[in-house]
Amino acid sequence: MFTNRYIFTYASIMVILVAAILSTASMVLKPYQEKNIKAEKIQGILISAEIEASRSDAEKLFDEYIVEELAVNKEGDVISIFKKGKLVKGDVRPFDLNLKEQLNLEKEAAKGKSDKQALFPLYIMNYNGKQIYVVPVRGMGLWGPIWGNVAFGSDFNTITGAKFDHKGETPGLGAEISTNWFGEEFKGKTIFNKEHQFVSIAVVKGGVANSNINLSHGVDAISGGTITSNGVTDMLKDCLKNYVQYIDKNVK
Amino acid sequence: MSDRREPLFSAKNRKLLTAPLSKENPITIQVLGICSALAVTVKLEPAFVMALSVTAVLAVGNVVISLLRKTIAPRIRIIVQLVVIAALVILVDQVLKAFVYDVSKQLSVFVGLIITNCIIMGRFEAFAMSNKVWPSFLDGLGNAAGYGWILIVVAFFRELLGSGTIWGYKVIPQGFYDFGYKDNGLMILPPMALIVVGIIIWVQRNKDKELIEEN
Repeated sequence: MFTNRYIFTYASIMVILVAAILSTASMVLKPYQEKNIKAEKIQGILISAEIEASRSDAEKLFDEYIVEELAVNKEGDVISIFKKGKLVKGDVRPFDLNLKEQLNLEKEAAKGKSDKQALFPLYIMNYNGKQIYVVPVRGMGLWGPIWGNVAFGSDFNTITGAKFDHKGETPGLGAEISTNWFGEEFKGKTIFNKEHQFVSIAVVKGGVANSNINLSHGVDAISGGTITSNGVTDMLKDCLKNYVQYIDKNVK
Repeated sequence: MSDRREPLFSAKNRKLLTAPLSKENPITIQVLGICSALAVTVKLEPAFVMALSVTAVLAVGNVVISLLRKTIAPRIRIIVQLVVIAALVILVDQVLKAFVYDVSKQLSVFVGLIITNCIIMGRFEAFAMSNKVWPSFLDGLGNAAGYGWILIVVAFFRELLGSGTIWGYKVIPQGFYDFGYKDNGLMILPPMALIVVGIIIWVQRNKDKELIEEN
């Protein structure tokens, strides 16, 4: 009744039709989706700086409180500056940098495989008369990527706020890193020790109080979320270390 | 075409729409689509959006399959059904990402998993493949509604008892908390959805003794 030729033609036409419909839909809806993703990124930055923002007013508040966006390299040189809606220096808006790509680039460069320099975004904001540095971070958890934003006070040493998120960590365990209380733990911690050496912040299994890590450089890990917690430790270390030279040169 | 056209809402067609709400409910009687019923019913809003999404996929899918039913070679019918479901689900997912981003994030993979929701495949195979377009459409709507109302009832109780909110708004007065009332954290965990579904099944069979199986 149905010949093989009929079946092949039928299937081919169906698949091509469906592909056409789906790609059209994707093209039409893309601008809306990208707007959402951008708003979400901004919202993350604002939350770490403790500025309450809904998705709709995030962009407006960001424009209000941002002083400048910088892209710095590992040597601490400022490569790009984006200020008041204009690129003042360099040719890439720091906000548009893809942190994942930049971190990969940095890894390649460290191995000597690439001579392209990685750029790291840094947001300088002014909220209630206080200067806040916001650093985006990104790393790996147990099941997938984790990311977040860490806000520092004007000394670029004391953390004033942090907020993390994840793609698919275990609910109730690793996924707890996206809760407010986990971010709260980081408040007041410092990433440099008294000799001004970079030590980052460790997420410590079993509690900081019971470990040999200084209380001001560690937070308590999540029970049952050890690998995610370690992921946060590595993420902070790998991302924040790229700003050390910048801090030495520019912030004292 | 027969000389006496069947009215659009004949008794038979009405039954297509209403039977899945109770006597042939996909969740409580046929026990299909339980997985998503556990996953998306912590809050009312995602449950509602999920119910709408399944309605869209099932109603449109049933119509498409019913339109194509005479052209589909039996040997590849499952593939054709899957392509139709997958295409519709991807469309729904894209629309949610564009217009209700927060809900789409909460639903995460479960929108994609509508593809594997047995209710949809089940209706395509059991009904749309052998029935006309209009009855198929009604059957799709009916079954999606039967799935949806269970989801919404479960989500209502889980959100009320688990978070003290309805649709994100606090409904339990602060006074209760001052007297020592606590939200029941258990309700947020997936197994509690099964228990709520179980209670619905109990109530339903208690009211309609015909549904009780003999053994």
